[in-house]
Amino acid sequence: MADQPTAIERFIQGILPENPVYRQLLGLCPTLAVTNGMKPALTMAVSVAFVLVCANVVISLIRNLLKPHLRIVVFTLTIATFVTVADRVLAAYLFQMSKTLGPYIPLIIVNCLIICRCEVCASKQNPFTAAADGLGQALGFGLALASIAAVREILGTGMLMGFRVLPALWPDWVIMVLPPGAFITLGLLLGLVNYIDFKREEARK
Amino acid sequence: MDYFVDILLIALSASIINNFIFYYFVGICPFVGVSKKVEMAFGMGCAVTFVMSIAAFLSWSITVFVLIPGAPVSAFIAGFFTTPEAAAQIDLTVLSYIVYIFAIASSVQFVEMYVRKFFPPLYRSFGVFLPLITTNCAILFACLTIMNHVAGVDNPKEMWDLGRAMTLALFGGLGFTIAIVIMAGIREELELCDIPKPFEGAAITLVIGGILAIAFMGFTGVDSGVKKALRPSPQVSQAVAQGESVALLDIKDCNIQGVIMP
Repeated sequence: MADQPTAIERFIQGILPENPVYRQLLGLCPTLAVTNGMKPALTMAVSVAFVLVCANVVISLIRNLLKPHLRIVVFTLTIATFVTVADRVLAAYLFQMSKTLGPYIPLIIVNCLIICRCEVCASKQNPFTAAADGLGQALGFGLALASIAAVREILGTGMLMGFRVLPALWPDWVIMVLPPGAFITLGLLLGLVNYIDFKREEARK
Repeated sequence: MDYFVDILLIALSASIINNFIFYYFVGICPFVGVSKKVEMAFGMGCAVTFVMSIAAFLSWSITVFVLIPGAPVSAFIAGFFTTPEAAAQIDLTVLSYIVYIFAIASSVQFVEMYVRKFFPPLYRSFGVFLPLITTNCAILFACLTIMNHVAGVDNPKEMWDLGRAMTLALFGGLGFTIAIVIMAGIREELELCDIPKPFEGAAITLVIGGILAIAFMGFTGVDSGVKKALRPSPQVSQAVAQGESVALLDIKDCNIQGVIMP
């Protein structure tokens, strides 16, 4: 398939040009839910990366056996298997964190990002490219999560990963770590990204 | 009476206080993507509620009869191979995610076939939404919540029965419908507004969602107030019996609850 991007292109595309959160608006549920702190956000990003890469490689290995009308079921079942693995590992080694993340780890199963990558890349290209694509997308997802979590945690508590970054007389904007803060932060950051985009396009003209 | 209070509290909590969209952030994709026309949003909400009820019924039955330790079906099958004591220990809950997603996918498929055969106009109005519901987080979230209350409890008396599970699914779907219809109404008006270009589309939807979430935070604590009103403490019932006026809804109960999960 000559028109498909190569592994390196896939990897680079995932990080910024096709960032899953800011450009494709995929996987918003965990993005909003776990970004009230840096630690849960990073744990979530690592779990998503694990599931994404594994599912991509497996789907890519079995891509020639897939029947078109059954592919979504095969995708979701493959993803569910790896999510179960990730969930059990988290519960074994990071019990407190798995309690904090609650149902959002199992909800990776229905994360549109992973199904979309299986559909777009893994079911068409070889395992190596699929793995690179998964890594790139996961990195982009992690960066997006980290950016939102940084804004919310710093403004909401004045701390970042347990260290105080704002002076103690900073009045904590508690709303930022509550559910509404997630919506507003993501909306404003999305607007900011679009704004930078427009500016760059204008400069190019 | 206690059962009724439980049902009422679950219904209130699922539909308004801990709204699936504004509190748990599940089902954001249709919230951002589909909420452009009120009719479409309402159709989507109805479809989600319908599938959610079926999925809740399936997941409750599977969890109770197959997955949890000592469940009748797995114990019966294992009884052929081991002693009854060992068979009652079998715990299949580790398989729950795979089983649930399979149950949801197949039930969506069956619902689609059934609706297409018997209600063609309804099928046309649902259109592409019906298959998309398979990958809707809200449905899996309802199943997982039910699992938590069936398999995750130590005391068998606290285990949810089918009525509670169905209440959660029905009213969770109702809350989803409320949220998505409100958003669609606002977005219909937004088309007439002058929005800064970078914010058009998803960004402004999310910001408005945040403002709506602030509004819905106002319901926090209603459940404890209702609980207090319906299950009065001994002092309150004594005071009521003596004819004193008692403030049943106390503002002190309306504390803001945990940040991420109850």
